[in-house]
Amino acid sequence: MELPELNFNGISADMLKVISDYDGISGFKGAYNIREDGQCAGRMSSENIEITSKTDNPGIDIRVKPFTKGETVFIPACVTHSGVEDLVYNDFYIGEGADVIVVAGCGVHNDGEEQARHNGIHRFFLDKGAKVLYKEKHVATGNGGGLKKIDPVTDCFLKEGATLEMDTIQLGGVDYSDRKTSAILDSGAKIIVRERILTDNSEEAISRFDVKLNGEDSGVDLVSRSVAKGSSHQAFYSVIEGNNRCTGHSACDAILSGNGRVDAQPALNASHVDAELIHEAAIGKIAGEQILKLCSLGLTREEAEEKIVQGFLK
Amino acid sequence: MLELKDLTWRSPEGEGIINGISIKTDSRLVVITGPNGGGKTTLAKLIAGVETPESGSILLDGEDITKLDITQRAKRGIAYAFQQPVRFKGLTVRDLLELAAGEKLNETDLCRLLSRVGLCAEEYIDREMNGSLSGGEAKRIEIATVLARNAKLSVFDEPEAGIDLWSFTRLVETFEEIRSGSDGKLVVISHQERILSIADEIIVVADGRVRTAGAREDVLPALLKGECAACDCPKKNGGVC
Repeated sequence: MELPELNFNGISADMLKVISDYDGISGFKGAYNIREDGQCAGRMSSENIEITSKTDNPGIDIRVKPFTKGETVFIPACVTHSGVEDLVYNDFYIGEGADVIVVAGCGVHNDGEEQARHNGIHRFFLDKGAKVLYKEKHVATGNGGGLKKIDPVTDCFLKEGATLEMDTIQLGGVDYSDRKTSAILDSGAKIIVRERILTDNSEEAISRFDVKLNGEDSGVDLVSRSVAKGSSHQAFYSVIEGNNRCTGHSACDAILSGNGRVDAQPALNASHVDAELIHEAAIGKIAGEQILKLCSLGLTREEAEEKIVQGFLK
Repeated sequence: MLELKDLTWRSPEGEGIINGISIKTDSRLVVITGPNGGGKTTLAKLIAGVETPESGSILLDGEDITKLDITQRAKRGIAYAFQQPVRFKGLTVRDLLELAAGEKLNETDLCRLLSRVGLCAEEYIDREMNGSLSGGEAKRIEIATVLARNAKLSVFDEPEAGIDLWSFTRLVETFEEIRSGSDGKLVVISHQERILSIADEIIVVADGRVRTAGAREDVLPALLKGECAACDCPKKNGGVC
């Protein structure tokens, strides 16, 4: 089968393999839109998933037909050189009863001295009973002195019985990121978030969540794991509002290494007597007994630390 | 051959916990027993390299390993099962067993290892070794990580603590299998009569010293007979335990 034309450079190809499971032989297995340095580098809709350009802003609309099952849409973005400020608006309209996977992700490569930044503003509109698994990986590479920045915004609107599972990971190399995620949930809607962030050197990562549980029996499960190495800094801010009978759980676990710093400021606001909201937070270095256990299996101290961090961020 | 020569160790507060212990053994299954607080766990940690002795030396098959750290001792063939299992967020049972074995394990290998501690592989291999596991489950997985190593010398610190009767029975069978196999020797810290009853050699440690040591048939009868003699048990005064 001849593949549709994909017009991106080698740097993007390497980053796409990491952030969106791109396979140079079989391409993307589903609908896709590839963005490179602010331009479209390939697009394909499918019978059930239509991708069109916005007319008012840079970006695309992704429309998934009701009751579409088992399909995947890929919308990764790459910035491959210095001096690029990429701002994009992507809106997802997921039809009633659909069950799909969205693979996003962003790679920023910077070998120059000017800043390279991607700012993706995503809005998810899930109709009744729709389900989405949203996979988002962020990575930055390159040895230039210019900053590599990724500032994603994700606003989610879930109608009755809809479920959004957000699996997001920042793999390292990103100098600065300010991630904002918000969600408004109707009755019976659920949002599950698994966030993992690794920072090193002097990198900084801020993650902000704002979830409004407005509908009866709506729920959120938000788990953030972070590792701050070197002199890096991370901040976690979450606000969960229970405005009806609902369940909310958030957990922030962080491992500190070297001179790494982590701030966690979770907030729970309950305005309904049947709102059940819980938060857990733990910040500290790797426990000595964990290192000892792995050393007793034959690993060196350094290997043990690496395995523990790998597992923690898996 | 494991040889301990005049080992001593003090707690950070300066209290003498191991006060000159010398042991030389080539037995397949050695059980170290004795009253609580007598120094058994510290002795196990000194053998594994978790703690370093203040004085004395430790020899494994004639090599002085006293100055080797825990990793180096693991590479020399010493395995150690912690009394309190260590929990990890993110590492699964499969991850730990593969790290212990030093290679990828297939489903058959994982099933064989976990069945030796009374666990069903299908239910456990992809679970994280975190706080969601009960104390007994974590303990059995801890023991399985040591079995996975096929070590020259495996040290178990109170393997019976926290596990149920059925799993304990399976564990005793596993110790018997290792004992009757062709390689691998065991040092087990235990108070359990069923473990004592399969020992080749029993060493009684109290107050940081060896109180008695010898073949099971010589030491065990006296231990069982005198189990109330060493304590302030009400039985001594005609009362009931």
